[in-house]
Amino acid sequence: MQEFMLIFRHEDGGKLASPEQMQVWMQMTMDWIGGIAAQNKLVSTGSGLAFDDSRVVGHNNVVTNGPFGDIKETIGGFIIVRAESTDEAAEFAKGSPVLLGDGNTVEVRRLAKPLDFV
Amino acid sequence: MEQQKIIPHLFRTEFRKITAVLTRFLGIEHLELAEDIVSEIFVLALETWPYHGIPDNPSAWLYAVAKNKAKNQLKRQQLFQVKIMPDLMNASGQSQEPALDLSPQNITDSQLQMLFAICHPAIPIEAQIGLALRSLCGFGIDEIAIAFLSNKETINKRLFRAREKLRQEKVAIEIPSAAAIQDRLATVLTTLYLLFSEGYYSESQDTVLRKDFCLEAMRLTYSLIEYAPTNQPPVNALMALMCFHASRFEARTNEKGEMLLYHEQDETQWDEALIARGVYFLKQAAQGNAVSKYHLEAQIAYWHTIKTDSPEKWQQILQLYNHLLVLEYSPIIALNRTYALAKVKGNAAAIVEAEKLKLENNHFYYTLLGELYQSSDPIKAKIHLEKALALAKTLTDKQTIQKKLQLIITNS
Repeated sequence: MQEFMLIFRHEDGGKLASPEQMQVWMQMTMDWIGGIAAQNKLVSTGSGLAFDDSRVVGHNNVVTNGPFGDIKETIGGFIIVRAESTDEAAEFAKGSPVLLGDGNTVEVRRLAKPLDFV
Repeated sequence: MEQQKIIPHLFRTEFRKITAVLTRFLGIEHLELAEDIVSEIFVLALETWPYHGIPDNPSAWLYAVAKNKAKNQLKRQQLFQVKIMPDLMNASGQSQEPALDLSPQNITDSQLQMLFAICHPAIPIEAQIGLALRSLCGFGIDEIAIAFLSNKETINKRLFRAREKLRQEKVAIEIPSAAAIQDRLATVLTTLYLLFSEGYYSESQDTVLRKDFCLEAMRLTYSLIEYAPTNQPPVNALMALMCFHASRFEARTNEKGEMLLYHEQDETQWDEALIARGVYFLKQAAQGNAVSKYHLEAQIAYWHTIKTDSPEKWQQILQLYNHLLVLEYSPIIALNRTYALAKVKGNAAAIVEAEKLKLENNHFYYTLLGELYQSSDPIKAKIHLEKALALAKTLTDKQTIQKKLQLIITNS
C-alpha cells in the first residue's frame, strides 16, 4: 500500500460560489471522501485552500498578490489516500466533484518515501 | 425460583458497589482481594438464603457482611496496626474502629474514583476497559470475553497484568487533577460506551437485552455530568446517544422475546421522555467547537428517533456517517454509511460503493448486499444472504438473516 496526494487544480480560482452552492459542494465533497474513508483508504482530509488574500513569492523575494496572474491553474486543496497502485489512486480521483468544473483537474502524486531520495 | 432471579440481579448491581468501596478502603493494590471478598459474600448468600429465606433487605444484609469481612480482613493482614493504628493514636478522643462506609454518597464517590483510577495512562487501554467491566460493572469473565471477542484465559491474564500494573504504579483512588482529566476522560468514555454497547447488543441467551448494563453505563455517565470538572461536551453527547438508544428498549423485542428490527418496531412504544432527555443532553453537548464521535453518533441516533423517512433525514445521516468515517474508520460505520447512501442515492449507486468495501468476513456486509439487491436481482440477493447466514455467529443475527431470506423466497 502506498500513499498518494490528490491535488485539486482549478482553472479559475477567482470564481465565487454562493452559500447554497458552497453547501452543495461541501456535501458532494464529503460524499466522495466518505466513500474513500469507507474503504479505509483515507489517510488525511488535507485541507482546502482559500482563494482570496493570497501571495506569490518569487525569485529574489518578489511578492505579488494572488490570484496568481499569469499562473493558469490554482490549487484548491488536497487529500491523501492509500492505494495499491497509482491507477487505483487515479480511480479515486475520478469521483472528485472538483472535476465537475470545466478545465479543472486532479493531480495524482505518490508521496515519496525517504528512500526515494537516496 | 425467586432466589434464582434475585441473586444474579443483586450480584450485578451490588458487586461493583461493594467492590469500589472496599477497594478504596483497602487500597487499589488489594483490588483482587476486594473482588474475592465480594465473591465470598455472594457465595455465602447463595448458601444461606435458600435455608433461612431471603432477608427483607438483601442489600443491607450484603453490606453488613461486607463490613464484617472488611474488618476481619484488616485484622488478618495486620493492616490495622500498620495503616490505621498510627492515625488512631494521633487522633484525640476515643478510638474507633474504621467501618466500611456503604452510604449511597460514598458508593457514588468510590465508583467515580475507581473509574478514573482504572483508566490510568500506564495501563493498556484494553486492560483498562476489561478492569472497568470487571471491577466497576461486575461483568463476569465470560461476558468480558464475549465483549472483546476473546476467550476466558486471555481475559484473565489481561486482568492479572492490569492489576499488577495498578499495584506497581501505586495508582491512587482519586479523581485526577484538572489537567489530567482531559486525557483520562477519553478512556473513561470509551469504557462507558463499550459497557452500554455490551448491554444493548447483548448476545446472552436468557435475556435478549441486558438492560441493567445499559442503565449502569448511563448511571456512571450521568455521575460524570453531575461532577462539574467532567461535565464536558463529549460526556453530554455520549449521554444523549445512550438516551436515544435506550428509548427503544421496550420496542426492540416482541412478546416472545425476539429482536425486532428498527423498521418493524412500533414507534408508539418508544420512550418519549428519554428522547426528550437525549435532546436536552445533545443541546448541552453543543457548547464549544469540538466535535467528538459521540456528537456525531448522538446526532445519527437523534435522526433515528424520527421514524418517518424524509430526504432531509437520510441526507443528514449520510453526512454524519461521512464525518464519522473521516474521524475514525470502522467496518460497521462503513456499512451503515453505505445503507444511508442507498437511502439518498438509490440502491444501484449504493451497490457500486458497497462492493468496493470488500468486507468478506463480515456477515453484515453480505446482509447489506442482500438487501440492496433485493428488488433488482433476487437471485444475487439470495446468494449474498446465504453467505451472510454462513458467517453469522449469534442466534439473533441468524434469525434476522433468515427472515430476510424467507421474504425473498416468498416474493419470487
